[in-house]
Amino acid sequence: MHSDPAEVKKSVRAYMTVFVTLMVFTVVTVAASRFHFAVPIAITIALIIAAMKGSMVAGVFMHLSHERRAIYGALLLTLVFFIVLLFIPVLGYLDRVRY
Amino acid sequence: MNIPYTVEERPDTGLTNGKFGIWLFLASEVMLFGALFSTYILLRVGAEEWPHAELSVLLGTINTIILISSSVTMVMAWASLKMNNWGRHHLYLALTFLLALVFLVNKYFEYSEHFAKGEGPWHNTFFAIYFTLTGLHGLHILGGMVVMAYLLGPGAGLWKRNPEQFTNRIEATGLYWHFVDLVWIFLFPVLYLL
Repeated sequence: MHSDPAEVKKSVRAYMTVFVTLMVFTVVTVAASRFHFAVPIAITIALIIAAMKGSMVAGVFMHLSHERRAIYGALLLTLVFFIVLLFIPVLGYLDRVRY
Repeated sequence: MNIPYTVEERPDTGLTNGKFGIWLFLASEVMLFGALFSTYILLRVGAEEWPHAELSVLLGTINTIILISSSVTMVMAWASLKMNNWGRHHLYLALTFLLALVFLVNKYFEYSEHFAKGEGPWHNTFFAIYFTLTGLHGLHILGGMVVMAYLLGPGAGLWKRNPEQFTNRIEATGLYWHFVDLVWIFLFPVLYLL
């Protein structure tokens, strides 16, 4: 991440760009919800926008776009367990439905 | 005895202990909220009907705007320190604290309205998971405010004694705060819009 004051000054412009983009995406999310899409489509749209917003916060505000390898390693491991955590209960539910 | 690697980076990780520590803490937080999101999916997939339009989209949107703004003021508080501007840092951190307070006040009004209508966590499955998720998130906001209050008040003296360590503390607080914002970015559509 940046530690040089001149570099930080440059990053400030990126923070402001992300701020405006996040605001626009928030408006888009709310506007999209007014269209009454079918539930699966609505969920997909909302989660895609949320993922885009989340990646901007993580990448720019949390400086994940240029971090040390140790942090990436820890987060990769977390991501794997997070995915397992999200899907195991659903698989369990589908199993119960089937039998 | 001094805590090692608070300012200089550890040779093996290339990070200060505080920074690596906060990231590991955030990893555990991902699992905590992940378990609750997983519960939400399970409850929703298993429900025959799922309530819609139970929450005020306007209040949720306002709170989203507040939290996003607070993330910007937080990162600016850190950037101001890096640019050696203490006054601006103090202003941005105080603004972040204030925005967090406004978020909680909004949440208080939102909760009060639901309780007045008898829509507590016992009302139905939706409100049970809504209060669990937003309550836990609210506690995180409160935790962040306690840390910010410390850094605005008694903890601010460290800037004079060890400016680099103080900047690192602000960075760690910022990482936590952005994570709290990130969780809300997912909570808002999931609970208010879908």
